[in-house]
Amino acid sequence: MKRALFVFLLVFLFAGFTAAKDAPPTSGEDPAVEKRLQTLSKELRCLVCQNETLADSQAGLAEDLRREVREQIKAGKTDQEIISFLTQRYGQFILYRPQVTPTTYLLWFGPFVLLIGGLVILFRYIRQRRDSITEKPLTNEESRRASELLASTSGEQKA
Amino acid sequence: MAKYLIPLVLFMVLVVFLAIGLKRDPHEVPSPLINKAAPAFSLPQLKDPSRTFSAAEMRGKVWVLNVWASWCITCRDEHPLLIEYAKSGAVPIYGLNYKDKREDALAWLGDLGDPYVLSAADEDGRVAIDYGVYGAPETYVIDQAGTIRFKQIGPVTPDVWSKEILPLVQELNRQGNR
Repeated sequence: MKRALFVFLLVFLFAGFTAAKDAPPTSGEDPAVEKRLQTLSKELRCLVCQNETLADSQAGLAEDLRREVREQIKAGKTDQEIISFLTQRYGQFILYRPQVTPTTYLLWFGPFVLLIGGLVILFRYIRQRRDSITEKPLTNEESRRASELLASTSGEQKA
Repeated sequence: MAKYLIPLVLFMVLVVFLAIGLKRDPHEVPSPLINKAAPAFSLPQLKDPSRTFSAAEMRGKVWVLNVWASWCITCRDEHPLLIEYAKSGAVPIYGLNYKDKREDALAWLGDLGDPYVLSAADEDGRVAIDYGVYGAPETYVIDQAGTIRFKQIGPVTPDVWSKEILPLVQELNRQGNR
């Protein structure tokens, strides 16, 4: 009984998956346009709910922007033209992957600079430590004193 | 001594950066439209759709464009202040009625009063996209040459009005009269 229920649920689950996969993005639209809209809007941020892409967002503005992008695709604009249309209005912030410009150098290269800086500090620290624990051979005077001390302590123990 | 000071200083710098980051509102995205020409538009007027209003008509004047909608809750908070500012006559305030139903918008103005010289109806939100609107209310100060000089995202507060908008309007008018 349990097994039958499990199989039933499994079938149900996968049926849901395939159904979702087969569902057209929006009915009555050119699939090629919709595909470009999908890939493009995954790169774009919804400004209302900032951690969602334009592709996922249900916000009113996101719908309007998708409509705008769809129309521009239909009008034969290139992806680059559409992106510059949006950045002129909303700024670089609308891009999930901001372009490499002087203002975004810190964003793009900062982590690598920090990584390299951290490695440099780490290696210098390790070398410093290694230097400070290198063995120095004893001078003649020191070894003489050492054997003297050893001799005296062993003598005491015997006594 | 310096050995201990360096990490401390680095830590303090980090703390300052994070403190500034915490205080900033992530919803305030710097607009690329500041000091750019206000996008041209021509839209039907809300109260008389047979007439249009275009940004070009405002050439030679300093004016304020306020994006509002009857469904926008924060606009309701901002509204009494706008009425007060409109009464002061410091600067003409025009409305951009954003993605609203005409009857709702008219009822809203009827209930709460109308601070706008006139409102333009942007029913499908296209003009708002040109202006980079992403959260009503938003307010723009546009100068005589049709350049956007200031943008407020979110409601205009008494602070913003008296410290940012009003001095800017006065300055622009002074420059224009020279």
